Amino acid sequence: MITKEQVEHIASLAKLKFSDEEIDKFTNKFSDIVKYIEKLDEVNTAEVEPTYQVYEYNQRFREDIVKEGLTREEVLQNTLEKQYGYFKLFNILD
Amino acid sequence: MDITKLSAFEMKKKLHQKEITSRELIEAHFNKIEEIDGNINAFITLDKTEALKSADKVDEKIRNGERVGLLGGIPIGVKDNIMTKGIRTTCGSKMLENFIPPYNATIVNRIKEADGIIMGKTNMDEFAMGSSTETSYFGNTKNPIDTERVPGGSSGGSAAAVKACEVALSLGTDTGGSIRQPASYCDVVGIKPTYGIVSRYGVVSMANTLDQVGVFGRDVRDAVLMLSSITGYDEKDSTSFKNPEGTIIFGSFPEEIDYNNYLKGMKVGLPKEIFGNEIDIRIKDQITKSINIIEALGAEIEEISLPHLEYSLAAYYIISTSEVSSNLARFDGVRYGYRAKEYNTLDELYINSRSEAFGEEVKRRIMLGTYSLSSGYADEHYKKALKVRTLIKNDFDKAFSKYDVILSPTSPVLPFKFGEIKDPLSMYMADLFTVPVNLAGLCAMSIPCGYVDNLPVGIQLIGDKYKEANIFKAGLGLEGGLKNGL
Repeated sequence: MITKEQVEHIASLAKLKFSDEEIDKFTNKFSDIVKYIEKLDEVNTAEVEPTYQVYEYNQRFREDIVKEGLTREEVLQNTLEKQYGYFKLFNILD
Repeated sequence: MDITKLSAFEMKKKLHQKEITSRELIEAHFNKIEEIDGNINAFITLDKTEALKSADKVDEKIRNGERVGLLGGIPIGVKDNIMTKGIRTTCGSKMLENFIPPYNATIVNRIKEADGIIMGKTNMDEFAMGSSTETSYFGNTKNPIDTERVPGGSSGGSAAAVKACEVALSLGTDTGGSIRQPASYCDVVGIKPTYGIVSRYGVVSMANTLDQVGVFGRDVRDAVLMLSSITGYDEKDSTSFKNPEGTIIFGSFPEEIDYNNYLKGMKVGLPKEIFGNEIDIRIKDQITKSINIIEALGAEIEEISLPHLEYSLAAYYIISTSEVSSNLARFDGVRYGYRAKEYNTLDELYINSRSEAFGEEVKRRIMLGTYSLSSGYADEHYKKALKVRTLIKNDFDKAFSKYDVILSPTSPVLPFKFGEIKDPLSMYMADLFTVPVNLAGLCAMSIPCGYVDNLPVGIQLIGDKYKEANIFKAGLGLEGGLKNGL
């Protein structure tokens, strides 16, 4: 069973917030899903290696050749706030 | 003649024989969209100016006798989680409502190189999370067969657009069934190719190790035409498949298809774990008819066992949501996407932006993934799910050492009505038979196999990795058998 406090903790890790009403609704539905995935406990996996990626030829190396990338204007075209050619962010240090 | 009803192959033929022009074709499709899309809502964004310009270029090439690409002059829809330079790409979310990509996905460039005409961007479940296209910020897409019902999801817009003849072909993405399930609900062909054979560069990631771009067409040959235009190694995608020497994925396109020959001697497995499952009896009956056709056309059919299949959905929801929580961390309101107006600290900027712009299902999956990966649960849930994934993959490997194709219904249920399924867990069950394919990185195709109570049924043909040729042959054989009333 997942508690309301656990849901609140996960929300803070995920940088999300919910109203009290949403939290209650969410906790119930979330508990059902967590109960369902606990079905996996039935499987004995003691001697089994995890499969992170199915593609066996993954992570090839390539020559480090410099190529043209996006321009500064293109990179910044979708941001709401920019300054001096950079993304503008809230001050985190005084 | 309504030229929007032609198959892509027929369109190509008429274009080459100069019976029609690409401009006529594209205008006819835009007229169709204007006429019916207010009701279907298959598109989020259209790009008529650019499409007509591209059509004129193709017409000029044909007039001058120049070589025209594989998709020359054909109208195509692109799912809205695939980057299109200069055309808004929203992922069906308020988060990216105004996002205009500065570059194209590799597959979009390939469509353009093949002279395909991109009509616009199709509707989808928000960030590809859903099985009904009900979670889109831009409203539901309706099933053209019955507008009270869902088109399936998450590529519902792409499937509906092809069914409604708004485009001839379209692109979708499939993480757990998001091409095959809407193909089944909308009575079209949908292919989820082997993981890695289509570049994911420029495709907004939902769950990297499961996502694969695929295609829709109104028949098998059209879908294969579309797929063969976008496959191939891409150095920009480290998970892209570098075709080892001797591996043949596609054959050539025969002008005339002799469906009688494709299934002869093919070994087909029916997993008892699927057919013993609680499937709508009407679907089961329809699938049985198709199995009889496959057998009549010379395939050997046997019951097989995939013992860990019943754990697929649980493993899938842990693995996919874990990857979702990590991928969607990039949406923080800083560089692009929605930014909240009210905030006092940097943390509040992140939290308010994400909470205001993500929908309920997206939040639920981020939460589930964060939970599965959080300290104390990572081994219990995430690693356990990855180990179960190994067992599922091993089951398939064993089966494919003996069989060419594995059969199942595409979906355990028929297309349902809007709002009919409220509980998320029941919604997840709609992907029960499609999810194992993504976990094992295999290829699979859903093809229409008839109607029950005026609703379409899809059958899923699963092939081993890089053995697309097997499912194409089986699909062409079965499709021919069905059309010829076997």
